Amino acid sequence: MGPILSSAAVLGGVGLTFGVLIALATKTMKVWEDPRIDDVEGMLPGSNCGACGEAGCRAFAESVIMGQATPAQCTVMGEADREDVADYLGVDAGAADKRVARLLCAGGSDVALQRADYYGIESCFAAVTVGGGGKACGWGCVGLGDCAVACDFEAIVMNEVGLPVVLPAECTACGDCVDACPLDLFTILPMDAHLIVQCRNLLEGDAAEDVCAVACTACGRCAVDAPAGLIEMQEGLAVVDYSKIELENKDAIARCPTGAIAWVEGSQFREPKVAGSV
Amino acid sequence: MATRTDRRAPKRGLAGLGELLFGPSFRHGVHPPEAKGLTEALPIRRMPFPEEIVLPLRQHTGAPSRVIASVDDRVERGDVLGVADGYVSVPVHASASGVIKDIGWWPHPSGTMDTAVRIQVDRFAPQLTRPRIVPEWRGLTPDQVRKAVQNAGVVGLGGAAFPTHVKLNPPKETAIEVLLINGAECEPYLTSDHRVMVEYPERVHFGIRVMMQCLGVDRAVIGVENNKPDAIARLRETIPEDLDIEVIGLTVKYPQGAEKMLIKAVTGREVPSGKLPMHVGAVVQNVGSIAAIAEVFETGYPLIERIVTVTGPGVRKPQNLIVPVGTKTRDVLDFCGGLTPDATEVIFGGPMMGVPQPDLDVPVMKGTSGIVVLTEKESARPQALACISCARCLAACPMFLNPSRLGQMAQLGLFERMAEEYHLEDCMLCGSCSYVCPSNIPLAQMFALGKAGLRRAQQRAREEQAEKERLEKEAAARDQAEREAAQEPARKEREVA
Repeated sequence: MGPILSSAAVLGGVGLTFGVLIALATKTMKVWEDPRIDDVEGMLPGSNCGACGEAGCRAFAESVIMGQATPAQCTVMGEADREDVADYLGVDAGAADKRVARLLCAGGSDVALQRADYYGIESCFAAVTVGGGGKACGWGCVGLGDCAVACDFEAIVMNEVGLPVVLPAECTACGDCVDACPLDLFTILPMDAHLIVQCRNLLEGDAAEDVCAVACTACGRCAVDAPAGLIEMQEGLAVVDYSKIELENKDAIARCPTGAIAWVEGSQFREPKVAGSV
Repeated sequence: MATRTDRRAPKRGLAGLGELLFGPSFRHGVHPPEAKGLTEALPIRRMPFPEEIVLPLRQHTGAPSRVIASVDDRVERGDVLGVADGYVSVPVHASASGVIKDIGWWPHPSGTMDTAVRIQVDRFAPQLTRPRIVPEWRGLTPDQVRKAVQNAGVVGLGGAAFPTHVKLNPPKETAIEVLLINGAECEPYLTSDHRVMVEYPERVHFGIRVMMQCLGVDRAVIGVENNKPDAIARLRETIPEDLDIEVIGLTVKYPQGAEKMLIKAVTGREVPSGKLPMHVGAVVQNVGSIAAIAEVFETGYPLIERIVTVTGPGVRKPQNLIVPVGTKTRDVLDFCGGLTPDATEVIFGGPMMGVPQPDLDVPVMKGTSGIVVLTEKESARPQALACISCARCLAACPMFLNPSRLGQMAQLGLFERMAEEYHLEDCMLCGSCSYVCPSNIPLAQMFALGKAGLRRAQQRAREEQAEKERLEKEAAARDQAEREAAQEPARKEREVA
């Protein structure tokens, strides 16, 4: 036999042997997997955003099938899709607890004092790194839109006064904006929590109002007017205890001198006339 | 004995010719316009006390001071307001006599808000420091010298404000052979170190004497850029006979005053990546810091005032001023005749590495070497364009990094890869790359961003770890409680029986 034929035979033989071994292994070592996982995963949005608390859509599908989660915990799916998943699995869709990202600052460029102009990389994080941006308030929204860039669902648009408007219909409460904001101004709140202190400025009284017309001056009126225990004054700010949010009513905002505490329904700020003006 | 302590051998070839003509140097770097003419010939003047002094508790690298004074306290000049909170920390002293008006938030030169002590200066106080003990340096052990330096609140006055006593405490296993004094002052515009060397050379030498004793070294080298011939001459004239001090004229090149560049220029040694000057047997101190140390042992004064160059085309009367630490920028600029109408940008430090200030209420700190005011012309920022891969930044980087590639990665947010593969940590943010970039790419800011991003990632990882540990601990406690609860009825039954 020539060397060509022998090498072809040896390689072919090796290939054939391992091929048979693999064929046997797939039969004997097969792990049974619930075929519903693939089906449910196909029904899920596939964005792998992590808002449900699972590692991704497949992990969420597994926990729904195992009864550890309800389809409603996926905040990205619409109502009809949830029902589809629930029907397919024969489970209850569960109560949808709509949550949404809220900004703890209302100091747009129309109300907040601008003490300097920032020239440089167009990113909030970059501005905060080199000099804190241009706003006189050291805690307020820089307005360069890191959150809008981070948002996978186009749920954040910057408006004319440089504030990010979160569109509740699009927001899945995935928390990407919470991570992106260098000043930690975002928080995830239930949609039915309406009382929001839209300020993080720790200054008190005139000092706070000097830098921003809608700053919390720590006057404490909201804490007095609100049902007992709902609002507490801490370090120059009114802090709402969201575990008691069912007590909330509009009394708390009635006497706020600056409007720092607001009753929010829908989105927090005025949407820009031209969408996506980042 | 032919050891490492020997003086450096002269270079050969083209580098040797360069050294012969311009003085020793490092490789790469840039040469921005020096612009020191505004103030380099002006003698240092003292600024009168302002009406209000604002002393931030975070004036140095390391832990901020812990405040011990309280509102309405009457303090005398030199009294301790905040004590050192840990080893890498120094106290803060009152820089004028008066009454503490407030302790609270105030704009900080870093651009954030920070806690500061505000003193209403007593207009009729004599502004003398209280009688205090002047430490007699001769009999002091190194530990006592360090303690005195720390108690006096001395930090590096070059800009980074690193506590000086930490630098004076090299670990036992590193043999320090030479004390390097940084008089390069390579930043354009700034002349405060220059004036110190011209006007107080004896004080510099006295400071060196104390430091040499503390460190146990017998050789000191002062590196001065060759554009300050008067400073070099004055320092050489006044060298005490019993000390081995050498004054070297260095090439005029930026960043000659960076610690690692200075070591390279003077000793020919390169500080390895991630290592400190002490690992190549050197301790570097700024001329201003040395003068401050000398003052501690001459007069017993803590660091309560410093020399600031107020300059730039945007200031009406540029000057070298002795300013009480904590004086508001606004007051300093007023004393210098105010701003010209076309002034646009106020920078703490020099134009290359300084920090632009968004607020004129920020106080002069211990690390503020200059206040440079630029006009429209100097601070104009042409739009950043795309990188054309010209590699000028590579030729400029004194640390031999690849700023072009680092910049691309910073735009993608690949901060960890920047650190692991492209040595982001070695970047000292000197800005040479931004300076030469023909596309006006803000490279240095990108690297500052990268470093901040890394810090943020590390911080988050630590927080997550702490949270995980907390949850585990809680779960363990719950299990324990459940087990005890389960055993409770059985125990009760036994007791009943």
